Amino acid sequence: MEYLNTIFQEIYKILFLLVPVLVSVAMIVWLDRRVWAFVQKRQGPNVVGPFGLLQSLADALKYIFKEIIIPASSNKVIFILAPIVTMTLALISWAVIPFSETQVLANINVGILYLFAVSSLGVYGIIMGGWASNSKYPFLGAIRSAAQMVSYEVSIGIIIINVLLCVGSLNLNDIVLAQQNIWFVIPLFPMFVIFFISALAETNRPPFDLPEAEAELVAGYQTEYSGMMYAMFWLGEYANILLMCAMGSILFLGGWLSPIDLYPFNLIPGAFWLIFKIIFLFILFALVKAIVPRYRYDQLMRLGWKIFLPLSLTWVVLTASFLFYFNLLPVN
Amino acid sequence: MAHAIFFYIFSSIAIISAIMVTVSKNTVHSVFFLILDFISISCLFIMIGAEFLGMIMLIVYVGAVAVLFLFVVMMLNVAQQKNQWFLSEESSGHIPVGLIISTIIFFELIIVIGGWKYKPELFDKIKTSSAETVSNTHSLGQILYTDYIHVFQISGMILLVAMIGAIVLTFRQREGVKRQDYIKQISRERSEGVQVLDVQSNKGVSVDD
Repeated sequence: MEYLNTIFQEIYKILFLLVPVLVSVAMIVWLDRRVWAFVQKRQGPNVVGPFGLLQSLADALKYIFKEIIIPASSNKVIFILAPIVTMTLALISWAVIPFSETQVLANINVGILYLFAVSSLGVYGIIMGGWASNSKYPFLGAIRSAAQMVSYEVSIGIIIINVLLCVGSLNLNDIVLAQQNIWFVIPLFPMFVIFFISALAETNRPPFDLPEAEAELVAGYQTEYSGMMYAMFWLGEYANILLMCAMGSILFLGGWLSPIDLYPFNLIPGAFWLIFKIIFLFILFALVKAIVPRYRYDQLMRLGWKIFLPLSLTWVVLTASFLFYFNLLPVN
Repeated sequence: MAHAIFFYIFSSIAIISAIMVTVSKNTVHSVFFLILDFISISCLFIMIGAEFLGMIMLIVYVGAVAVLFLFVVMMLNVAQQKNQWFLSEESSGHIPVGLIISTIIFFELIIVIGGWKYKPELFDKIKTSSAETVSNTHSLGQILYTDYIHVFQISGMILLVAMIGAIVLTFRQREGVKRQDYIKQISRERSEGVQVLDVQSNKGVSVDD
């Protein structure tokens, strides 16, 4: 009985986290479109609800009532599994995100590795969808995205190593607490820039949205999907973007720490600051989408392997030697 | 109780998916079962408290190696082929070799696990004097980078040599490929790129390219 009680408590906690995440994913789609429109001097979605806030809800309703079409020549099991995998992977990583020192679902020792592992699994949703559709455009999109995500994971991993060198722990709360004196964005600013660009590539955002480049590949791996299955891809993608923003704010922008450690700002709960930073990073993502034209595929690969990888590796050596020389290595 | 249930769930998934890797007719399905196998094994790692190994298993094998497997298998378009490995004449010659290798691995495992079971004092000697409070990430780092640093660096060198070897084997210089040269593009001057000509009407001009 006691056992069941704990299980229900956990489920309650999980729902308390996941429902706001899903709602904010819908809101963030609206924000994305509004920022995009703002840059291009358009109105954007402004009809449904106040300021068009309910637009995503209306879209979701439309998707739910649409028919799901499964192509006759597709591999049906994998075709249906693909959006489920994308959505699940996008949501399970929120388990380790700390919203304050105590407000975290699972405070595990290897939190950052867990985040990195789950985000590197995200490629499977896309590959499975692209292959199972048994059609040329989705397949090309899937192949592109596999190469792209594997390439940029390498540089993200090395950037994480940079941060970990300064922290000395893989726990996300420890990473946040290590930034009490100075946020890592200041000493590691070049790494933050590379992380931001790699995060764009990792989540297939413009200017790196080659897997779904509509000018060449119709809609890439999503071409054959319709109705709720398409919506799940789409939700999973935005949940992943939010997650990358959360990861960026934990690694570089001090997570739930308040920017000024003084009296009136201390009272504001940490969750507010984390959400504020996530939204700030997301607006940057949206601005990049509106401003920058799409990369060509070979340019993308060149940027990942020939520029970011050597640069971040050099920075690892620099950080390590700096910390070693000034005896700042976090040893416990 | 719950621990035992989860152990049996993950290990049975691991065994079944390992069998499915070899049995399934579609090669892409085989790779997906391999991925499932990796994932359940990393869950087992996490269950015995080796969370670092479990996560690294996920990142390296599932996140990178299996993606490349899938990549190659999909590109080769072997998905359409039926798996007739056991039926064809030429490939059945490989069965004895495979059997010998798997027997050797099986007995090696039995020796190791048997030693663990019947001579536990042997393993107590190997154990480093790490305190209970040290997390397994720390103790792994201690062993890899402090106690066995030279072995670690030699294995790194071997991997590097293997990587360079693979690149040398597959690299070929192709003729007539147009490449962008960024420095060349940026350093172009107006004087060499633009030519102002006085063209008389009804008479064209020939421009050297």
